[in-house]
Amino acid sequence: MELSAEYLWEKLQRDLEAEHVEVEDTTPHRCASSFRVLVVSAKFEGKPLLQRHRLVNTCLAEELLHIHAFEQKTLTPEQWTRKQQK
Amino acid sequence: MSGSLGRVAAALLRWGRGAGGGGLRGPGVRAAGSGGGGSGSAEQLDALVKKDKVVVFLKGTPEQPQCGFSNAVVQILRLHGVRDYAAYNVLDDPQLRQGIKDYSNWPTIPQVYLDGEFVGGCDILLQMHQNGDLVEELKKLGIRSALLDEKKDQDSK
Repeated sequence: MELSAEYLWEKLQRDLEAEHVEVEDTTPHRCASSFRVLVVSAKFEGKPLLQRHRLVNTCLAEELLHIHAFEQKTLTPEQWTRKQQK
Repeated sequence: MSGSLGRVAAALLRWGRGAGGGGLRGPGVRAAGSGGGGSGSAEQLDALVKKDKVVVFLKGTPEQPQCGFSNAVVQILRLHGVRDYAAYNVLDDPQLRQGIKDYSNWPTIPQVYLDGEFVGGCDILLQMHQNGDLVEELKKLGIRSALLDEKKDQDSK
């Protein structure tokens, strides 16, 4: 089972119809397989943080079984635009 | 005026450790313990998360976190002056470690529960801290965030 940043990137893009995805392999900083992701998707609109994170968790359910540490940031397209303007 | 000062003092006394750094006692580190169904059972976990207003499951203890994310949760709670919370160390108990993940359907530790409800992990708590939601959620539990008092001090200078 592949566990590369690219693989995660593609899966998140596809399943969450994401506008923008960033996947960082943070494994070198930690003791075992770790990733940090940023997902921008309209699917997050109107959803509280917990629900957004659960969407991501569901998308990567298989992979998360083999990932030790996982960080995620979930933004709507509007939040992303605003953030970039800062 | 004296009435509200009285209330503030009473609140500080209730938390038992004073406003500032005093108090080595800190949060109550609990052991999940044995009992019907084992420490990982849904029923037991349900009781655990409802027993205290603020409940966290950590890797390590508040005094000695064993993981950066768990430490972040501890530090955020400390910033808000939340001292009276239940902290369960999943490293002590593999059944608890897996059980709590099944219970919340959440794959990682730390896990934060407010008023018996799963709130999220470190990422979510951090964002709630940054956007002011945590102060509000604590207020709903009758917990006054220390950051409010800090701000008040700053305003009055």
